Amino acid sequence: MFDLKLLILQMVTGVALGSVFVLLSIGLSLIFGMLTVVNFAHGAYFMVGAYVGVYALNVTGNFWVSLVVVPLVVGVLGLLTERFLVRPLYGRGIDYPLLLTFGLSYVMMDLTRMIFGSDGQPIGTPPGLRGAVDIGVGNFPLYRLFLIVATAIIVAALWLFIEKTRFGLIIRAGARDPEIVRVLGIDVSKAWLLVFGLGTAIAGLSGILAAPIRAVTPEMGIPVLVESFVVTVVGGMGSLPGAIVAGLLVGIVYSLSSLYVPDFADTSIFVLMALVLLVRPQGLFGRAGLMS
Amino acid sequence: MNETNNTRRKLVLGAAAAATSPFWLNVARAQGAPIKIGFPVPLTGPFTVEAQDQVRAAEIAVKEFNEAGGLNGRMAELVVRDDKLNPGEAATRALELIEKDQVNFIVGSLSSATQLSTNNITKARKILFNSISQSDTINEVKDWSPYTFHEALNPHLTGGAVGRYAFPKFGKRIVYLTADYAYGHEMVRGFQTAGKLLGAETLADIRHPLGASDYSAFLPRIQSLKPDILVLCNFGRDLVNSAKQATDFGLKANTKIIAPILLYTARQVGGPEAFEGILGGTSYYWRLEDTVPSAKAFNDRFRKAHGGSVPSDYGALGYAGVRTVLAGVKNAGTTDTEKVIAAMRALKYDFYKGAQYYRACDHQSVQSVLIVESKSKDMKDKNDVFNIVSVEAPNEKNLRSCSELGHQA
Repeated sequence: MFDLKLLILQMVTGVALGSVFVLLSIGLSLIFGMLTVVNFAHGAYFMVGAYVGVYALNVTGNFWVSLVVVPLVVGVLGLLTERFLVRPLYGRGIDYPLLLTFGLSYVMMDLTRMIFGSDGQPIGTPPGLRGAVDIGVGNFPLYRLFLIVATAIIVAALWLFIEKTRFGLIIRAGARDPEIVRVLGIDVSKAWLLVFGLGTAIAGLSGILAAPIRAVTPEMGIPVLVESFVVTVVGGMGSLPGAIVAGLLVGIVYSLSSLYVPDFADTSIFVLMALVLLVRPQGLFGRAGLMS
Repeated sequence: MNETNNTRRKLVLGAAAAATSPFWLNVARAQGAPIKIGFPVPLTGPFTVEAQDQVRAAEIAVKEFNEAGGLNGRMAELVVRDDKLNPGEAATRALELIEKDQVNFIVGSLSSATQLSTNNITKARKILFNSISQSDTINEVKDWSPYTFHEALNPHLTGGAVGRYAFPKFGKRIVYLTADYAYGHEMVRGFQTAGKLLGAETLADIRHPLGASDYSAFLPRIQSLKPDILVLCNFGRDLVNSAKQATDFGLKANTKIIAPILLYTARQVGGPEAFEGILGGTSYYWRLEDTVPSAKAFNDRFRKAHGGSVPSDYGALGYAGVRTVLAGVKNAGTTDTEKVIAAMRALKYDFYKGAQYYRACDHQSVQSVLIVESKSKDMKDKNDVFNIVSVEAPNEKNLRSCSELGHQA
């Protein structure tokens, strides 16, 4: 029963799946790491990104234009959310923004239903990325290979931003110790505003990137939220390398268990999460004591 | 002065009570009150588009009945309610329709679970219920009652019809990608029963969680099995997603993809490329008007009432479900439930898709099954999404037998 070609093909599938998870989770991890805000509306921003992208695609006819438009629009939405909804709740503990974003997700879903209807938007794979390629071990969709590449580019860009720019320095410092950063005269709240916007922008971008392989419906963000949390917990809340490693790990675990123990595929990612938490409660790359 | 007021108040209240007492209501009902048909469907939720089409088509049936004079002047009235695709809500709606709205009959439901829930209420209250969506269990003796009618197809018949068409044509090595709930399992069983007689071989029955959005984990395995046919035993969103992703993985190069129900609305959401070449069953497709006059008459009425759009498969079931009940009322000459049941049992009708009748033991409507294939080229307009490749004629032998369902002969 051991088929090497099938195993490799399944692993490639796992990496492609993992790339989607990585994209989904970076935004969540970023917002939690910097702001200590658990963004329960993360799946909703993902969904809004997909809808905005489909709308832009229908208006312009160009998928690449949508990829540019979506993070801008959803990012602005995130900025507004942080400035007017989340900011008043800082300092009150972790529960208030959590409940706020939870309610916000319902509002966003229903607004989408009211504007676009409940049925869903058709979107095909963009021309040029259609079809399957023979990667030696079998046929694999070209679009999913594109997703792996796109994720790598986005992650690299984000890393460069955080490690090499001045603003990235402020973000990293603010995550380490916001008090001292304030003492140094830097407006931490402006940094947080932009981080929230950045996190939601990436969530929206992952929405339009995932749209061709999933149905675009108002409820599409709900399973995404669960998956993102699992990845973020496994990788460590607030850790970018953690999100990447955990995302790929979860994707591969899910993919391989679908092949060998399909009935437990859905549960496998939670088993992984439980095992990691038993051994390292702060996640693979997380910092201990982040919640306190 | 107070004494007089008190007495007057008592008199007024007493008169009001007498006026609203059931005695008067029954008298009023007998004297030309409207014939009320309760219509609980999932207006909110994932099947809202299909449900709204059911309402639109049902209204046409009511209008036709009224324009023909009704029942000696008594007009029919559709009482639409939202069951939210939830069995608990469906039961509450059914109770409200019976107790508060005093409906004479109930037609409706768009899921296996909600129709069973509604049926439990109607059979206890002895109200006629005509179900307009797929279920294998509603005809079984433990759920059925003499007040239960089933206008829609069931998974056994649909899966079997598609299997009987596809297996001889495309090959005998079959893989099922099945949604892990009652609908999926029932469909697989329908296919396998038909397949056994044709020598079909099940290579794998791969279960996926209901509502899964990503099927990529299952597709490499399916690819490596190299089946002749891949059967997507899922519905609505799941069908759209799995069709899209199977297409992306290039499965169509070596494998024919079929689905037990090829939903008109799913095809519109999924788009031409994802569904290109996929074959499936359906109870109705509007192009039937090319060969069946009653279909043309129904479509024309629908087009006139709704700005040129055509009825969908489930929409047409809404029309049929209400029209058969009203035909029973007309033939019986009364709204008395027992007499209407007898009239419907005797009914031989052709209202929109060809000859139909209700089987005596379980009131299942014996009807044709259409096999359609989705296309992306030669589309005359945005509604022209399928080609009808075959019509399986109505035949009781394709249903599960009365004894299999537990009914005494």
